[in-house]
Amino acid sequence: MATATVPAVERENYLNKEYGVGSWLLTTDHKRIALLYLISITFFFFIGGFFALLIRLELLTPAGDLVQADTYNKLFTMHGQVMVFFFLIPSIPAVLGNFLVPMMVGAKDLAFPRINLLSWYLYIIAGIMMLHCMLTGGVDTGWTFYTPFSTAFSNTKVIEAGLAIFVSGFSSILTGLNFVVTIHRMRAPGMTWSRLPLFIWAHYATSIIQILGTPVIAITLVLVVAERALHLGIFDPKLGGDPLLFQHLFWFYSHPAVYIMILPSMGVVTEIIACFSRKRIFGYNFVALSSIAIAVFGFLVWAHHMFVAGISVYAALIFSMLSYSVAVPSAVKVFNWTATLYKGSIHYDAPMLYAFGFLGLFTMGGLTGLFLSALGIDMHVHDTYFVIAHFHYIMVGGALMGYLGGLHFWWPKISGKLYPEGWARLSALIVFIGFNLTFFPQFILGYLGMPRRYYQYPPEFQVLNVLSTAGATVLGIGYLLPMIYFLWSMRYGKPAPDNPWKAAGLEWQTQSPPTTFNFPEEPVVTWEAYNYDEIDKGHKEVQVVG
Amino acid sequence: MSDNPTAVQAQEGLHNPALLHHFATEEQQRDASNFGMWIFLGTEVMFFGGLFCAYLIYRSWYFGDFAAASKSINAALGATNTAVLICSSLTVVLAIWAAQTARRGLLLAMLILTMLFGLAFLGIKGKEYKEKFDEHHVPGTSFSFEHEEIPGHSGQYANPRHAQIFFALYFIMTGLHALHMILGLGIFTWLLIMAWRGYFTPHYHTPLEVGGLYWHFVDIIWIYLFPLLYLIDRHP
Amino acid sequence: MFDNFPLWPQRASSTAGNVDALFIFLIIVSGLMTLLVFSAIIYFAARYRHRKGVLAEQVEGSIPLELTWTIIPLGVFMVIFAWGAVVYFKSRTPPRDAAEVYVVAKQWMWKLEHAEGQREINELHVPVGRDVKLIMTSQDVIHSFFVPAFRMKQDVLPGRYTVLWFRATNPGTYHLFCAQYCGTQHSGMIGNIVVMEPAQYEAWMSGGSNGPLSAGGEKIFAELGCATCHRMDSQGRGPNLQGVFGKPVQLEDGRMVTADENYIRESILDPGAKVVKGFKPVMPTFQGLVSEEQVNALVAYVKSLGIPVPGGVKTSESMPAPQGAPGGGSQVQ
Repeated sequence: MATATVPAVERENYLNKEYGVGSWLLTTDHKRIALLYLISITFFFFIGGFFALLIRLELLTPAGDLVQADTYNKLFTMHGQVMVFFFLIPSIPAVLGNFLVPMMVGAKDLAFPRINLLSWYLYIIAGIMMLHCMLTGGVDTGWTFYTPFSTAFSNTKVIEAGLAIFVSGFSSILTGLNFVVTIHRMRAPGMTWSRLPLFIWAHYATSIIQILGTPVIAITLVLVVAERALHLGIFDPKLGGDPLLFQHLFWFYSHPAVYIMILPSMGVVTEIIACFSRKRIFGYNFVALSSIAIAVFGFLVWAHHMFVAGISVYAALIFSMLSYSVAVPSAVKVFNWTATLYKGSIHYDAPMLYAFGFLGLFTMGGLTGLFLSALGIDMHVHDTYFVIAHFHYIMVGGALMGYLGGLHFWWPKISGKLYPEGWARLSALIVFIGFNLTFFPQFILGYLGMPRRYYQYPPEFQVLNVLSTAGATVLGIGYLLPMIYFLWSMRYGKPAPDNPWKAAGLEWQTQSPPTTFNFPEEPVVTWEAYNYDEIDKGHKEVQVVG
Repeated sequence: MSDNPTAVQAQEGLHNPALLHHFATEEQQRDASNFGMWIFLGTEVMFFGGLFCAYLIYRSWYFGDFAAASKSINAALGATNTAVLICSSLTVVLAIWAAQTARRGLLLAMLILTMLFGLAFLGIKGKEYKEKFDEHHVPGTSFSFEHEEIPGHSGQYANPRHAQIFFALYFIMTGLHALHMILGLGIFTWLLIMAWRGYFTPHYHTPLEVGGLYWHFVDIIWIYLFPLLYLIDRHP
Repeated sequence: MFDNFPLWPQRASSTAGNVDALFIFLIIVSGLMTLLVFSAIIYFAARYRHRKGVLAEQVEGSIPLELTWTIIPLGVFMVIFAWGAVVYFKSRTPPRDAAEVYVVAKQWMWKLEHAEGQREINELHVPVGRDVKLIMTSQDVIHSFFVPAFRMKQDVLPGRYTVLWFRATNPGTYHLFCAQYCGTQHSGMIGNIVVMEPAQYEAWMSGGSNGPLSAGGEKIFAELGCATCHRMDSQGRGPNLQGVFGKPVQLEDGRMVTADENYIRESILDPGAKVVKGFKPVMPTFQGLVSEEQVNALVAYVKSLGIPVPGGVKTSESMPAPQGAPGGGSQVQ
């Protein structure tokens, strides 16, 4: 049913409905808010990326010769904070989620459009606070803020950074809240839970974590700020406090936070694999439930970051066992995605290449999680480059590749333009190669014993560090290219048909780009999700109530 | 899930200016608003929960010191405040009933009464804080907690460092609670203005319900705070 | 620069082999899993490429398959968990009679003191084949004692002791790193573990020290007047410390605790926290009056009480009283 023809005159859509800065800064249209987020998080991505570049340049040589020790400590701290709180956590939910969740469930907007805008403003305020902190001295505690260093020893702007992240947390909470209410209450008639795209299930699970987890880091940061400002003793042993209490409170959020970062990406990859295999996802129920299982189990494993921190052996045993349980649903997803390819009809467009990249890199990253959950291994590789490699495989190889794949997949819908396919495929390849070259050597470095957060190191570690930096340069190019050609396409790209991929999903039944209220009439859903057989046989005419 | 019977209800909705454009029916809007507030309260539970967790851990480690510190805060004022808040929750419920039964006068009176109770709470809290300030129990450079006996252990004195942790948590927990009260007063000011303008009808008074939920939640937090902070090891 | 390019760390402790074995097992398991998944993906991607006119076949799912690939990985994971747990448990249970070294970490150096008294900075000499237990604390922030060649690390916390033990198996010099970010010179807080043949170690040991740590502790014990209350004839206002170390202690509130290093340390710095049954809480705190090294020495001293030495049980009465002590003479008041 996909329209291959494109109208000659530009139709009214959410982009051209109103012009002017005010119409953007005071919008309540979820699609415009998504674009506002897209611009802001891209900005912070480049800042975090710039810090990463400096880090890798410093690590080219064993001596600390590019920047001073204190500067290096600030670089890795702010790289972590910016990338985690200002890029990864918002990325897919705030950009793709905001744009697509209402459309996928058949609604005109999210449940609370003004709160959606508030979310973005909170993010911006937090971002400005963070920028100010960075420009006026920065912070050097590591993104993990361990006490008593952060509360009683660091001479940097801990309070400002803590407050900035506190504010950004509320942006995250409100987004999650909005999604949950939208998914529960705003589904179009006929859109039952089992007809929802798995992207929605993934965002639902993510939102649960955002709602329940983020407040805990909020209060933890309040305590750190209070302790530092008022010289309290909640985390300082000299005053009767316990530094491990901080770690428990911190990781109680920060572990589930990594699932906030990966679950949406898994949702994106599910949509892409289904579309480009022309098949319903294998094991829909299992994939949906595994998202929920990851969210739930994710709250039970936080102390696996503390195996050598001074917790009891018995606590360590319990958390290690639970950590293996959370690996199972992730494995189940990988198998289901792979099985979806079986007897499919597979296209190799750029989104699918990113999805393949995700599958490979997430599998590797996830498997190294098994290493870290093993107590006997962790006592050796904890706080080494092994951990850094592990989480970058998941967050960059996984989450970021999913994000890029999703941007490519939905770009025609978002912008009404087609991106240049050749360049996109090249970028996917460059990212994949650059990524592996950057991070695989770090597994070896970690097992050899190179600790994290070191700006000088023994000379025998140099070769691997040089390889890693070389990879980082390639990776950087891989990220720059899409920025360039996406921008290019907005001006010079071919106009996109409403459904260039002939994809299933209500969002594809709208215009490209969509009108402000998405659907001319409220849709009534009478078909199952991923009805690619009906689409490809040309049977299905989507009935939108009219 | 909503099975929307199309035009009829949508038509009705068009007449009510309170129905926002992206909702199909008023029922959907009311459900969504209530649900949203419940979720928000869930986040607040987790927010305070972190504090409660820290508090419970230290209390179990330093029970005697905490008991001594708890004895020094004014349980009479705390109990009064508890009664004040419970009454204020009652007035909130009555306000909603008034809206449901189109009793404008009662609605306005109950809203004002609720806010008066809230202000009373904050006033009493202020008095308590002043007491603590005068006794040098505010954590910081002038903190002092020497020679305070641990209840039930005559001759044994509380460790001032541990007592300072109690007071730090006391001020942070009650302070955060008071901040939420102030925000609640702001919300009720707005509700009062809307009620004055006749915005609420038996048919539509969702902001009252949602604001009421928030107020009850702030009340419940206090009902946990009071015994935890004020009544450690107290004997009549 | 390029001639020294190791890909595997040296093995120098009894644990290292165990850790490496588990690691290699995991590499094999992951390798197989990766191979399986990657080959499936590549094969399917090629075999089921889009061909004109050929439609995809909708395979909905398969409960048996789902159960299989849920239960089998879970089983494999539990095996890995159990193996890892065993390695961890063994490597974190110090054997009795291990030689003890007290470690004080501070920004940005490691201060070590052998029980026999030798002091080292950023370097630790140990003999091959002997169990060594490190009793560690920090003066300021959290650090972490990490020896890659031993495959061991343990965070070092302010305010309490943490323990790490090892048995070195290979003579040589190995890296010591601080593995918990601790500020400006975190990457400079490095040193060496020097593992020596027993004979060489004995030679090194005799190269001068201030006497055993416990003797230093005894001196402090007397200087601070601890003996005033902690009398060996159990008539004092404080418990008799003879033979107390390592034994269970009953507290006023009914709890039973073991008198380990952390207990002794806490009793010195926060005496009101655990009051022994039958005694009043009158001991003053020494927080701020003793350094970490002095606390270590006192702990070592208390440990030494009740250990049989040639000539009978060592008591403080058998040692000469310090100069200027109240009452003089050899009888401690």
